[in-house]
Amino acid sequence: MADHGVFDRMITRRRLLATTAAAGAALLRPAWAQEMVHLPLPGGPGARQITTAFPQKGPMILQRTRPPLLETPFEVFDRGVFTPNDQFYVRWHWALIPTDIDTAKFTLTVRGHVNQALSLSLNDILRGLPSVELPAVNQCSGNSRGFFQPRVPGGEWANGAMGNALWTGVRLKDVLDKAGVKPGAVQVRFKGLEEPVVADAPPFMKSLDIDHARDGEVMIAYAMNGEQLPLVNGFPLRLVVPGWYATYWVKMLNDIEVLDQPDVNYWTKVAYTIPDTPFASIKPGEMDVKMIPINRMVPRSFVTNIAPGSKVNAASPVTLRGIAFGGDCGVARVDFSIDRGQSWHQTQLGRDEGKYGFRQWQSLLTLPRPGEYNILVRCTNSSGVMQPDTANWNPAGFMRNVIESTGIVAA
Amino acid sequence: MFRNLLPIVVVLAVATMPLVARAATPLQLQSVKIDLPDSDKMFPAGPGSDAINNNCLACHSAGMVLNQPALSKQAWTVEVNKMIKNYRAPIAPEDVGAIVDYLTALKGAK
Repeated sequence: MADHGVFDRMITRRRLLATTAAAGAALLRPAWAQEMVHLPLPGGPGARQITTAFPQKGPMILQRTRPPLLETPFEVFDRGVFTPNDQFYVRWHWALIPTDIDTAKFTLTVRGHVNQALSLSLNDILRGLPSVELPAVNQCSGNSRGFFQPRVPGGEWANGAMGNALWTGVRLKDVLDKAGVKPGAVQVRFKGLEEPVVADAPPFMKSLDIDHARDGEVMIAYAMNGEQLPLVNGFPLRLVVPGWYATYWVKMLNDIEVLDQPDVNYWTKVAYTIPDTPFASIKPGEMDVKMIPINRMVPRSFVTNIAPGSKVNAASPVTLRGIAFGGDCGVARVDFSIDRGQSWHQTQLGRDEGKYGFRQWQSLLTLPRPGEYNILVRCTNSSGVMQPDTANWNPAGFMRNVIESTGIVAA
Repeated sequence: MFRNLLPIVVVLAVATMPLVARAATPLQLQSVKIDLPDSDKMFPAGPGSDAINNNCLACHSAGMVLNQPALSKQAWTVEVNKMIKNYRAPIAPEDVGAIVDYLTALKGAK
């Protein structure tokens, strides 16, 4: 087993990032040879093209060309806790996306219920405010939707609509303070440069409560993994809302509006709502459920080094390795089971790069006898929330976080 | 096998650091001009394919629709109406039935 950077205590973050980037570049060659991937979605269809047609992006699973929906090939997650920019997943709502961004002309507006409306240049943001950095997982609300049963309409993702990056930027709080939030402000609404093709369609906007917006963690990022963002990941500025689903991480952010009334725009009030139940789960067909805006993420964990259907030697130890994240807090532990959850074995966690990021985990696995096994992995986060052993269900296909099962054969 | 237990020491050290650390020198952002690929894929020919090709491809390419699972006619009706009501798809009322029937024929639940 080759050394893995994240488990090597001597590696620096900068070297780690360089390693991640090199791994991304190395993937180009083999992936060009293979044009299609099969996602194991129940009932199908699972065939997807691997595309390299998107500028600044490497091989990606093509879910939709326009507006782009690009999924990260799952093997990328075995290379370390930081997802390379060129294979970080992509999800847009509307088709009119600017493809020509002049950094000298771009401005971020801060307006609404403030003392002093602002129009900030990129220079104002990069040089005029304290710079901060934070590793955080960005995960689509509908990541893994394709595994819902019964199936639901939407982007039919496997597990690759997520990624972890080291985000660099400025605190939203500092930007709001510069404008001076007036008493009585209740929410802050964010809009980017994407626009709908149909003029009267609702522009994509998301809002956060004022206290959340000013918590000092929500960021306006101008870099991911030490580089400027790829255009399709939101260049030049993207909101970073640590621990919350990616719908809030507005891309190409250019407008911040402080509101003195709750936001009732479609994308906050109607879209991206979940049942107000544990794990946002209801029975298929259940009606009259209270719905609330999707919010904090929940814990997940995955095996990354053994593909489903792999064969290993019985009665001989192999390395089992993967990633986990706590959702809205850190990872406390990751356990695995080879006996359908009757007994669990604690894995060893890799280096902690930050509580909102991916955490690698690793263990030795010995399958005692020849036969078929399901390897279950279960993350418990630092708030004590554990992945559930039954899958949640809701009509939008949001917030899947059931314990994952990887079928392998010992021979 | 893990070579040592030192990562645990590192974990403890990191846990005592402030969550949001000050970053080093800000980088210089470079202007970007790219072309995004488009898709010329059409919906497969069949009854109603003109209606779906003419009404739906202005806002999104066909691929994601073709990747949908089998759904009931009722579910397809909900989807098409969502496109019209929520996303303001300018679909002529007389085409709605043809689009729902096309999707149900192509992607209908048994």
